[in-house]
Amino acid sequence: MSQFIDRRLNAKKKSTVNRQRFIRRYKNQIKQAVSDVVSKRNITDIDQGEEITIPARDISEPQFDLGEGGSIDRILPGNEEFIPGDRIQRPPKGGSGQGDGEASNSGEGEDDFVFELSREEFLEIYFEDLELPDLVKKELAQVTDYKYLRAGFTNAGIPANINVIRSMRQAAGRRMALATPHRRRLKKLESELEELSNQIPCDAEKVKQLKERIARTQRKLKSVPFIDTIDLRYNNRIKVPMPSTQAVMFCIMDVSGSMDEAKKDIAKRFFILLYLFLTRNYEKIELVFIRHHTSAKEVDEEEFFYSRETGGTVVSSALEMLNEIIDKRYPTNAWNIYVAQASDGDNWNADSPYCQEILNEKIMPLVQYYSYIEIMPRHHQSLWEVYQRVQESYPNFSMENIDGLSDIYPVFRELFKRKTA
Amino acid sequence: MTKKPLSTDTEWTVELLQDYDREIARLANDFGLDTYPNQIEIISAEQMMDAYASVGMPIGYNHWSFGKHFVNVEKSYKRGQMGLAYELVINSDPCIAYLMEENTMAMQALVIAHACYGHNSFFKGNYLYKMWTSADAIIDYLVFAKNYISECEERYGIDEVEKLLDACHALMSQGVDRYKHPQSLSIQEEKIRQQNREQYLQSQVNELWRTIPIPEEKKSKKNRARFPAEPQENLLYFFEKHAPLLKPWQRELIRIVRKIAQYFYPQRQTKVMNEGWACFWHYTLLNALYDEGLVTDEFMLEILHSHTNVVYQPPYNSPYYSGVNPYALGYNMMQDIKRICENPTEEDKEWFPYLANTNWQESLNFAMQNYKDESFIAQYLSPKLIRELKLFHILDDDEQSEIHVKNIHDEQGYQAIRQALSKQYNIGYLEPEIQIYDVDVEGTRALTLQHIQHDRRPLGKSCQEILKHIYSIWQFPIKLQSIDLSNNVVAEHYCPAKEQKDS
Repeated sequence: MSQFIDRRLNAKKKSTVNRQRFIRRYKNQIKQAVSDVVSKRNITDIDQGEEITIPARDISEPQFDLGEGGSIDRILPGNEEFIPGDRIQRPPKGGSGQGDGEASNSGEGEDDFVFELSREEFLEIYFEDLELPDLVKKELAQVTDYKYLRAGFTNAGIPANINVIRSMRQAAGRRMALATPHRRRLKKLESELEELSNQIPCDAEKVKQLKERIARTQRKLKSVPFIDTIDLRYNNRIKVPMPSTQAVMFCIMDVSGSMDEAKKDIAKRFFILLYLFLTRNYEKIELVFIRHHTSAKEVDEEEFFYSRETGGTVVSSALEMLNEIIDKRYPTNAWNIYVAQASDGDNWNADSPYCQEILNEKIMPLVQYYSYIEIMPRHHQSLWEVYQRVQESYPNFSMENIDGLSDIYPVFRELFKRKTA
Repeated sequence: MTKKPLSTDTEWTVELLQDYDREIARLANDFGLDTYPNQIEIISAEQMMDAYASVGMPIGYNHWSFGKHFVNVEKSYKRGQMGLAYELVINSDPCIAYLMEENTMAMQALVIAHACYGHNSFFKGNYLYKMWTSADAIIDYLVFAKNYISECEERYGIDEVEKLLDACHALMSQGVDRYKHPQSLSIQEEKIRQQNREQYLQSQVNELWRTIPIPEEKKSKKNRARFPAEPQENLLYFFEKHAPLLKPWQRELIRIVRKIAQYFYPQRQTKVMNEGWACFWHYTLLNALYDEGLVTDEFMLEILHSHTNVVYQPPYNSPYYSGVNPYALGYNMMQDIKRICENPTEEDKEWFPYLANTNWQESLNFAMQNYKDESFIAQYLSPKLIRELKLFHILDDDEQSEIHVKNIHDEQGYQAIRQALSKQYNIGYLEPEIQIYDVDVEGTRALTLQHIQHDRRPLGKSCQEILKHIYSIWQFPIKLQSIDLSNNVVAEHYCPAKEQKDS
């Protein structure tokens, strides 16, 4: 006798370990692919899984096999036209060799290996160098708050969720379906009875029989319940992630000639990290990009990262513009304001005190968090000093000198601590 | 005698599965099928992909390549490029078969007949399986292997273990004994034996690589006996026993991969027969159900629809052609044997005097038990089937500008086609023949491998990659020679790559 076992509920994701092994093994290739992808992506699109392509030759599992050439006997099915002694032109190489199993095998092997990274895996790999604390990684990868939305109806639920209209409609349908045959019979019997009782010699026995049948049918009709448990319909509610409200994030970057591609790449990660943090906490996020050299300009993301300018640096121009935009478009009662500024620390010396003044008096009271990174492993200039003074008076101002990617996270330490605690 | 159908709905329930299984088991018994008890497991599509990725082993050890296969299968499945197999069955006692939950009732019944009675009886009856595998011990052995490997990973690091497994996987096809009879796998002793083996093996190796100087007269190169004395075909076995620098756990790992390769070896040699046998029996058993009135017309139509899909052989010039379909060839041959037993023609009597007018069940059983694909085709492929499949024989020789049609399905061609098709299923012909030829025991410890070339067919491109893997196991220079049948060296490969000194 055979034994049946239902395995559907256990051993889910049995291959997860092997998948992790695969990713672990090809970390370098995958990382390369991830960073290629990110450089093509906008900050706002960062938060998705991605198809990763790895060259097939890197992940082949070699086996001893026979190469092309030599003399091969083959048997093929479906001969229609050949007789012994016929000569056939060789099919062109590389084509799906007619009737040649091997040709198609090797053809297939040369495709690149494409597979999908989940969002978690993608972020994990992207932020690997940033040395994020585990709690923060979790925070970034997870959606924490939920709200309940209506999503149609189900036929199971708790009494509080009963949908009366649906249930009654269901009951009406069922009653109709169950009662109609009886009702039809009743009608027929009644008309027979009427006919019978109109006849002058009334067949009393038959009338009695008919009446009994009528009574029986009426009982049956009554036994169809008005409402039954199978009629009940419940409102269905599902859990959906719910970030709380809206935020605006300002990205400010110095684009003077000294900011090269490597520095911009660090800056981009810095902006992305803040953006991701905000997406966990706010429903709607707007991004504003301000770049500056001696004068500031609001630009789109493309221009922000990829155009280059030369010339001196006047940071206050960007801060003025920031203040102006907040005033005009982002009233503080409706928006949470975050600012991320990246620079190599250059500033026109006489401008720095003015920067401190704008920050202290105008901007800092308006914003939730202001983070500043200086990407330059050398001695600091006047801007760093005045910013340090700002930091003393405002705990939500944070600054960091960035040497490599792992230095980015500390800028946000306070921010994450507050939100994740 | 018509009975009430077992079900009329397309949905299955466990109770219905049991009903069908009971009836199919009864019929199988009437037909004289001898099977292991069945353990039928119902799984989801994802679990089926899992099973796929780990080549059907229910408890595989962890390795990135299984992850890669899983990712691949999942990808094409999600894009709808491929359907999953309806079934997967494991040569074990009890015989484990997987049913996928998506299947309809009819498909489940088909799978039960196909896997649980078809394949199952084949596993139990065929001589290769009897000789090379022990169905009652495989699951235990896999558990042992999985635990042992994960223990090694903890102790020596994932990277170390992975490196060795990669190398072993590359040599899996060269890790089987083709002729020698293996000891049966027995888990009870395996663990104890493994520890004894470690010590013993290491002492053997030390003996071989003794560094005590050898008297001058013995050193003369010409007199030196080759080691191994006879060429060895089982590369993994040789490395397990003789690779100089391996640690005991590494030898055990090689042994595990080798054992698993050996376990699957009969399946590679009996693809046509095994599938043909299973298709023949699902067809026969379900038709018997239908004849008794236990299944409905709709049920039977669905069965026949997928049956014909499975045993369809597209012609060589069809876009769907991808080689001879083992299901089609096997199924047709099985049906053909039955036909010859029951209604032989004059031609059949001439070709198969030992089949004509015999009891078909006995003759078919005999064929199933005592042959593998290569010999089965050589023995039983009938002229009638050659005509039906319109088989023809071509010679593709790279020294000639065109392909020659040598034989077609006519009187002169039958025998040649039968032989050529049989050869096509000879694993020795499909895979390069590679042997351990010599080790320079007293000198550099360099290892010489020989590839014996048949029909001037060279080694494929991956050869150099594999040499790297072999080098990582042997850890001394590797030379691979291709020799032709008259012992001339036609090609040489080295690892590490040889400097250009002799050119």
